[in-house]
Amino acid sequence: MPMTCDWKNSVLKRTIENLGNRTIQGVWRIGFAARFFVAVLLHSGTAFRRFGLTIREMYFTGVLSLIIILVSGLFVGMVLGLQGYETLQIYGAEEALGILVALSLVRELGPVVAALLFASRAGSAITAEIGLMKATEQLSAMEMMAVDPIARVVAPRFWAGVISMPLLAALFSAMGIFGGYLVGVQLIGVDEGAFWSQMKSAVDFEQDILNGVIKSMVFGVAITTIALFEGYDAPPTAEGVSGATTRTVVTSSLAVLALDFVLTAFMFRGLN
Amino acid sequence: MNKTVLDLWVGLFVIAGIAALLFLALKVGSMNAVSASNSYEVVARFDNIGGLKPRAPIKSAGVVVGRVGDIRFDNETFEAAVTLRLDNRYAFPKDTSAAIMTSGLLGEQYVGLEAGGDSRMLKNRDQIFITQSAVVLENLIGRFMYGQAQEGAPQ
Repeated sequence: MPMTCDWKNSVLKRTIENLGNRTIQGVWRIGFAARFFVAVLLHSGTAFRRFGLTIREMYFTGVLSLIIILVSGLFVGMVLGLQGYETLQIYGAEEALGILVALSLVRELGPVVAALLFASRAGSAITAEIGLMKATEQLSAMEMMAVDPIARVVAPRFWAGVISMPLLAALFSAMGIFGGYLVGVQLIGVDEGAFWSQMKSAVDFEQDILNGVIKSMVFGVAITTIALFEGYDAPPTAEGVSGATTRTVVTSSLAVLALDFVLTAFMFRGLN
Repeated sequence: MNKTVLDLWVGLFVIAGIAALLFLALKVGSMNAVSASNSYEVVARFDNIGGLKPRAPIKSAGVVVGRVGDIRFDNETFEAAVTLRLDNRYAFPKDTSAAIMTSGLLGEQYVGLEAGGDSRMLKNRDQIFITQSAVVLENLIGRFMYGQAQEGAPQ
């Protein structure tokens, strides 16, 4: 029968099969990632009992990210100061520059840009490290020695990322506000008193700063989970590890942006 | 890497992070000056609140004395009932008047309080009876045009 023969080799059939296969793979990976996340949380005891392990990882994820975070924060704040001044001076509201710089940094740019930098600086390193550990069978060796790799290797990295992320975001915001101050007050000559006092009256501790910290914590959880999972799930080849590293940066950046939209919609709805 | 050097760096990192948070909390932001514990609530009814929003400042003689709590529409009097959350440190006479004003031409709207002469003071859950609504630009223009038309009309 020519009909069935056509159907068996048709492009349409292969496309549909391909789609089905990808869907199943995707759902399977999401399920596996969720189980992995729960397993990390359940095995976090060691990360706190032997806090030295977590501190070691905080050095690699947090301290070594400091330079890029601080320098980027400074420049983002300086650019905000310049561009904000250009627009505000049209309306004769140069003094509101402090509000503009502080609110945009504390609410959005601080947590989000710090998280994007963190994903590319620390997330990719975590994935590459764990992926390589898996490829060289160090994780299997640990299991042979009755050492749980999730508790010993994964959980300390997870908690180090979750603790580091809010601190990095706060440093980014503080540096950015300092940059805005440098450009706005020192370079352009906006009144210093008005800059700080208007900023102070417009920025609320609970509504703006605390929500920014909560945002960065959520981003920290998302980035480290994605990075650890991609590393743990990477095919044990050189190509597999490199692919997993790329996927970590892409997926966690997209996750940060999507989560930011959702969190902003919940946190700042109805605020003026 | 030596373990103590590592600890030192992480310690410095944590201290810097907490210092940045403190800087944000103390220098950049302010704790919501009027919290529920050190304030009292007064209700004021307005015919029209214009663009007044919750958390807008309440000023008396230009000094911020509180923040607007919630704004409701009263379906019995068809007025807006605005809860004013005033700082405990400031007491106002019973016949204080409230008006909705705008700071600057394009600025935010706030509630201005003008103290009266009564010897009794406003207490929690009291009401301010003398109120003045927000100035709505369209009404103002409408009134102006109506006045012009009246003037030009033949007697």
